[in-house]
Order: sequence, then C-alpha cells, then structure tokens
Amino acid sequence: MKALRVSIFFLLCLIGSPEVLANTIRINPGQSIQKAVDRASPGDTLIISEGTYKQFGIVIRKPLTVIGENYPVIDADFKGNILIVATSNLTIQGLKLINTGRSNMDDSAAIKFFDSKDCIVRDNILENTYFGLHFSNSSQLTIINNKISASALREFEVGNGIHLWKCKNSYIGNNEVSGHRDGIYLEFVTNTQAKENKIQKNMRYGLHFMFSHDNSYIRNTFKNNGAGVAVMYTKNVLMKENRFEENWGSSAYGILLKDISDSEVVGNIFLKNTVGIYMEGSSRMEFTNNTFRENGWALKLMASCDQNTFKANNFTQNTFDISTNGSLVLNTLTENYWDKYEGYDLDKNQIGDIGYRPVNLYSVIVEKIPAAVILWRSFMVTLLDRMEKIIPTLTPDEMIDESPKMKPYDFG
Amino acid sequence: MLKLLKYALYDILKSRFAMIYTVFMILVAVSIYQVSDDLSKVSLSLMNIMIMIVPLISAVFATTHFYNNLEFIELMLAQPVKRSHVFLSQLFAVILMLSLSIMIGFGLPMLLWGADTSLITLLAVGVILSAVFAGFAFLASVLTRDKAKAIGISLGLWIYFSLVYDGFVLYLIYSFADYPLEKVTLGLVMLNPVDLGRILMLMQLDISALMGYTGAFFQKFFSSSMGLLIAGGTLALWTLLPNLFAMRVFKKRDF
Amino acid sequence: MISVKNISKKFGKLQVLKDFNLEFRLGNSYALMGPNGSGKTTLIKTILGMVMPDEGEIFVKNQPIKGSHSYRQYIGYMPQIGRYPSNMKIGQLFSMMKDMRPEIKDYDLELVEAFELDQMKDKAMGTLSGGTRQKVSATLAFLFSPDILILDEPTAGLDPIAVEILKAKIKRERAAGKLILITSHIMSDLEELTNQAVYIFDGEVYFNDTIESLKELTGEVRFSPAIAKLMQWTLKKKVTKREMSHVETT
Repeated sequence: MKALRVSIFFLLCLIGSPEVLANTIRINPGQSIQKAVDRASPGDTLIISEGTYKQFGIVIRKPLTVIGENYPVIDADFKGNILIVATSNLTIQGLKLINTGRSNMDDSAAIKFFDSKDCIVRDNILENTYFGLHFSNSSQLTIINNKISASALREFEVGNGIHLWKCKNSYIGNNEVSGHRDGIYLEFVTNTQAKENKIQKNMRYGLHFMFSHDNSYIRNTFKNNGAGVAVMYTKNVLMKENRFEENWGSSAYGILLKDISDSEVVGNIFLKNTVGIYMEGSSRMEFTNNTFRENGWALKLMASCDQNTFKANNFTQNTFDISTNGSLVLNTLTENYWDKYEGYDLDKNQIGDIGYRPVNLYSVIVEKIPAAVILWRSFMVTLLDRMEKIIPTLTPDEMIDESPKMKPYDFG
Repeated sequence: MLKLLKYALYDILKSRFAMIYTVFMILVAVSIYQVSDDLSKVSLSLMNIMIMIVPLISAVFATTHFYNNLEFIELMLAQPVKRSHVFLSQLFAVILMLSLSIMIGFGLPMLLWGADTSLITLLAVGVILSAVFAGFAFLASVLTRDKAKAIGISLGLWIYFSLVYDGFVLYLIYSFADYPLEKVTLGLVMLNPVDLGRILMLMQLDISALMGYTGAFFQKFFSSSMGLLIAGGTLALWTLLPNLFAMRVFKKRDF
Repeated sequence: MISVKNISKKFGKLQVLKDFNLEFRLGNSYALMGPNGSGKTTLIKTILGMVMPDEGEIFVKNQPIKGSHSYRQYIGYMPQIGRYPSNMKIGQLFSMMKDMRPEIKDYDLELVEAFELDQMKDKAMGTLSGGTRQKVSATLAFLFSPDILILDEPTAGLDPIAVEILKAKIKRERAAGKLILITSHIMSDLEELTNQAVYIFDGEVYFNDTIESLKELTGEVRFSPAIAKLMQWTLKKKVTKREMSHVETT
C-alpha cells in the first residue's frame, strides 16, 4: 500500500508539472506509439491524444508513464497482443484497448507483462479482449479501476480477465471483469490482495486460484459466473466480506474449496447459489459470520473435510442447509442461526435448548436421485422429514449444532 | 346466467362460512407475517398452508354447499332457465367465494405489509386449486345421491392428490433410480394439480436448488414459454375437466 | 295441454313409472293420488324436466319438452318443501324469480297482499318459519299467472287462515280456466279443489276420470271412502298382480 501511495503521488507530480523531472511526449492519431516509446527516455511521460490507433504488438522495455487523454482507442484489429511489457516502474493509465487477437497459441492479451516490477495499470477500459491483463513472473503490481469485458459465447473462445502467474506482493482493486473465461485467475501467486472487484458473468469461474498462498480477498463481488468461484491446493487464505451471488447451474458453486487449509472465511454473503460452499479435502478452516441465504444447498460438506469450524453464521431460506456424502463427521458446527430450527429456549439465553440437525432427510434422497427434487415441499416429503427429525435413520447423527441461536445475527 | 350467478353469489357471500373462512385466512396470514422476519419466509409458510388447507376446504365446502342447496337447485330447475346455467351459477358462486376469501384473507395482509412475485403466484395457485377442488366436489356431488358419500369421495380425492400420489411418485423414482427419470417425473406431476401448483411455487422459492443437476431440467422446462404453456394448459384442463364432466352429469341427472 | 306418452322411469332397479300415459287438459283440476312411493312426485318432476324419463315423451302445449326449458314459463310450481338460500331476503327471491321471466311484466300480487309478504320483504329466508316459507312458495307459483299450476301438498304446514286464502285462490284460478295439478293427502281439500281424479299405484295409472265417475265406480257417495275403496282394490291387485294386469286405465 505504501508503495502504491508513493507511486500515485509521484505520478500526480508528473502530471501536474511535466517539465520538472522528465519529458512529455504527445502522440496524436496517425502516429506510431511504438516509435514514440522507442524515442522516449526512461522516466518520460507519453500522452496519447484522443482518437483511434490501429496498432498492436507495442513493446515497452523502459520505465515510462503512458497516459491516455479521454480514452484514446488502441484497436489491435484481432491481431495479437496490444502492449507487451517487460520493465519496472511503468504506469499505464486511461487507455481503451480493444480487439486483441483470438489465438490461444500466444495467449493474446490487451497488456502482457513479463518479469516486471512496480507497475501500475489503472483506469483502463478493455473491450473484446482474449486475455485482459496478463502478468507472468512479476511483482509489486497495482491493478486498479480497470473495466475489462469480453463478449465470447463459449468458454474456449476467450481467456481470463486478470491473469497472474508466478507473481507476488500485488494489489488488485476495484476492477470490473465480465465475459471472460475466469474473471481473476491466480496461479502461484503469493502475498497478494484482491479487494472490491466486481466479477460478473464470466464463462467459467469468477475467481480461480491454485497454489496461491497467503492471499486475501476482501469485499469482492462474484456474481452470475458460469461456475462461481473455485479455489484449490492453497493454504492460509483470508476471504472476507465478499459476495457470492447467483451462481446457478449443475456444477455451479458460490465457492468451491478443494484442498484448502488453514484459512479463514469471514463475513461473506452467499446469496442464491445452487450450492453456497462446496468443499472437499479441506481442513482447519474457520467459517464465521457468513450469511447463507436462498441457496439451493448452503453447504455441501464432503466427508474428506476435517477440523473445520462453522461458527456464528446465518443460514436463512436455503432449500437445504447442509448435505454430506458420508456418516462420519469431523467438523464442528456451533452457535449458528438456522431459520429452520424449531426448538425452544426455556432458559432465555438466546441459545436453543436442543440441538439442530441441519442435514435434511430429503436432501440425502435428492443427493442420490436428483429427479426427486421435484417433490420437495410436498405434504408427503414434509411428513417424511418430520419423522426423520424425531428418529434419525439416514442422516448422520453427529452432524448437529448443539447451540443453535434463536435469533439471526445482525452482520449489518 | 349472470342473473342466477348474481343471486347465488349474494347468498354465498353472506353465508357464515364465507366469513369464517376469510377471517381464518386473515388470521393465518397475519400471524405468519408477524412471526416471520422476511417475505420469502412468509410465502414459504403461506404456501404450506395453501397446499394443504385450500384444497381440503374447497372440497368439503363445495360438496356441503351443493347438498345444502339441493332444494333450491330443484326450484331453479322448475323455472324457465337452462340446466347448465343453474349448474354454472352455483359452481361459479362457490369458486368466486373461495377465491375471494383467499384474495382478501391473504391479499389484505400483503397489501399492508408488502408482497413479492412469489406471493402473487401463491394467490394465483390458491385460486386455481380452489377451482380444481370445487370441480372435484361438484363431480362427487352429482355422481352420488348421498351427502356423506360425496364428502367421502371429495376427501378421498384430496388425500390422494396431496399425499398418496406423491408417495407413489417417490416410490417410482426410488425404484427406477438408475434410469433417467426427468421426463417421466415431469409427466407424472402434470397428472396432479396440487403438484403443479406446488412446483409453480418452487420455481419462486427454490430456484437455486432447481438449478442443480436434474433440477435444471425442470427449471428450464417451467421457465420456457413452451413449458409454461404446457403447465398452464394442464392446470386449465384440471380446472375445466372435472367441472365440465360434472356439468354433463348434472344436465342428465334426476332430481 | 300436457300429454304424457309412454313414459318409463327406473331408479336403479326400482321401476317407478311403467309405460305411463296421461293427458291433462286445460280448464280441469286434477287430484293426483296414490300411496307413498307410487310415483306421484316422479311424475311431477318428469313434467317439470327435473327427472329424465328413460323412455317416452312429454308434450306441453304440443311441444316436446326434451331439451327445452322455455316451456316452464307456463308452469307455476309449488314444491312440497320449499327450501331457499338462507341468506337471501324475500324481496330478493321475488326479484330473482321475476328476473328469470323477463318477458312477463304483469304480476299476480293477490297472494303477496293476502299473506302480507310485503311487510317481510327484508327478512332472510333462513329466519322464516316453515309456514311462512310455504306461503312464499305458493305466492311464487301464482306470481306469473301461469296456465299450468302444479301444487305438491299445497296446504301442508299452513295455518287455517292461510289454507283458506290459498284454497280460494286455487278455486279462482280454476274458474279462470287454468290447468291445475294437485297432490295432497287431505281428501277434503282434493274434493273441494278438483274435478278429476288420477290414482297412481306402483308406477301405473290405476284410475283416471272425473270424480263423479269415481264415486259411481266405487258406489260411494263421498270422495274419501271412494278413494279408500280404490286403495283396497289396488292392494288386492298387488297380491294378484299378474292376473289383474289387464286392468288398464282409460
């Protein structure tokens, strides 16, 4: 953060008094951006005037500040990358980059960074790109306020919106990504923060990361992505106050956790997902103060998960609260609010006097025979469930919240 | 016809039953609104009441009403009016009264405390189920000459459609779990008006779950215009067929 | 005016009317008699179109009644027990009946006045006594001055004053040349009000002629014993039914 502030301050100085430290070069429509880049000295500022530039494959290998005036359009006309960067201390701001190549041979991107450091990409608009922003082997990146959208019809026709591979110490904030394969894709990315991004309507995952330890994801919105969010093989992750909404489909999840351990999921909202959280092979995670609302299944907790704790979450209006695939339960449920809880509280301590079993008999049946979902809420199924609540036979006995809250938590 | 309906309706709307039923519905709705903290929970609870109670009350009330009005129906038949008009005026009066009770009983609290699409759907489903079960009741009434028997048949139909039928479907699904059953299940629920009404509600309340693997098939069907047309058409048939059949019998029945 | 031709009707296994033939003519008043369950009510209901005959046809004013409803405007019918929607007021009942015959504008309000129904216009039918309800039924039957009056036990349940009012009214209508059909168990009423006797037994017409000839046939001077004799004969007939089956009515 500090680095960011300093660099923004630095940048502001540059704009305010261009002649103080370095030269300012203005580029007008018809002129070659590549030539201007080649001409510039490190530290110079390039101002691209309003207009359309049919150019692509522009290589930048020196620290520069590239600023677009009133969003000049750089149109690659479906040929390859637009900007290719391998440097440090580069700022790219206010450009409108459209129509990259479509090839997945070279993974065409609007801006592609290799081995870079301390770079800022901000306030850009990317339209109809194959990959949006593509970073490899870079660090200290600041990626903020970009609007990235594609309009592919099929998953294989498009790359990722913000793609980081082997990067670290970066910040991804306030970006909007839509229509790509994965909204944000991180692989081998560490110590990075993604904050307040809006990731919607991407073909596959809103957020997808693997082997990316020690990252945090705060106040992002993942909405209506093909399969929600999927994260794998990672430890020490913080997910806080994100929204996972309307991820609908046969294998769509608010969030899919596979082999995630020692992480925290706090204060998130899972709204109207087919499955709020699906987890397998995950351990030692803490889920607190989350809201699960109007999901088909709030949680699908596979038996391969252990030592996870669900504490003080709200479960309201989910069709099914929890389903699982085994009878062994190695996870803890405590002090959650369940709207389906029908117990009583005689000692008035706001905690129900009898436990709540969140696994519904019918969810077990639906798990086995999906077509049976059509009978849900029929009188007969309600009767079956009542019976099961009294004498559990098919549902795991130990899956129980012994201290269910009587009233929902107010998470504000 | 309209004249007959006017008088039949006037009588039925002033009946003690109409008052009690409406007040009952209002009490149910008000207490649910008071207890629940948000709208979808309200529609969930109201739906449970609706699916159970409305068909039951419709069936029993329509049968009782038919038999209580038998002498009056006879008097009507001695007048220069068409038999079908006598029948329809009685039937519409019953359906309108039942629908009005639901509309007022559930609708007033909705106006007061707000409603969403699921609650509007609920009202529509309630009206349709009232009409369907009034049809069943009239059919049972014209087919028998004994009030107790007719009420028995109406209750039997109610139990069958609310409970037994679903049990049968579940059993079937369970037995043939290895086969793709979506289309069969879909066909089977078409044969039960209560299920159809319930599924229209599911589409509002459990859309997220319906988007799951097989559910997506149902969801697609019921949200496509073709599917809605078929579902709506089937519900219309369920409303029309028992009533039309009852009218046919009524036209030939001896009094 | 009304011809009943070859009417047969079965209720389940019970043959109620057997190949029934009758002719009711304008200007006559018929006493429809027979023991309980003999088919009187079924006959009336068949004429009114409430019961569908298995075979045969009925003509009213020379028109077959099958599939028709308009002929009923010529008939005023007073049922044995008139039950009405309990929340409907007397006034509404009357306007409803008037609504059903929009083409008739002249109403016979004689009984309305005689029974003082006007003062009770706003009373709900459900609150009325059985007698008052009978008054309403009677008034409705006469309200449209129909050519044909079918009165099923008209005097039952009425107080003596009302009985006299009703009887006087029936007599006046008879004098006016209407066709009147009455069933009753009160022989004196029948003798007073009718000139023709129809005796039905076991689904068949056993006797159909003037009261005078009935008296002649039975050798009785008074109506009541004549009927009693007729009844005795029919009971004998029941025992030796097959042999007597040639005893057909005229």
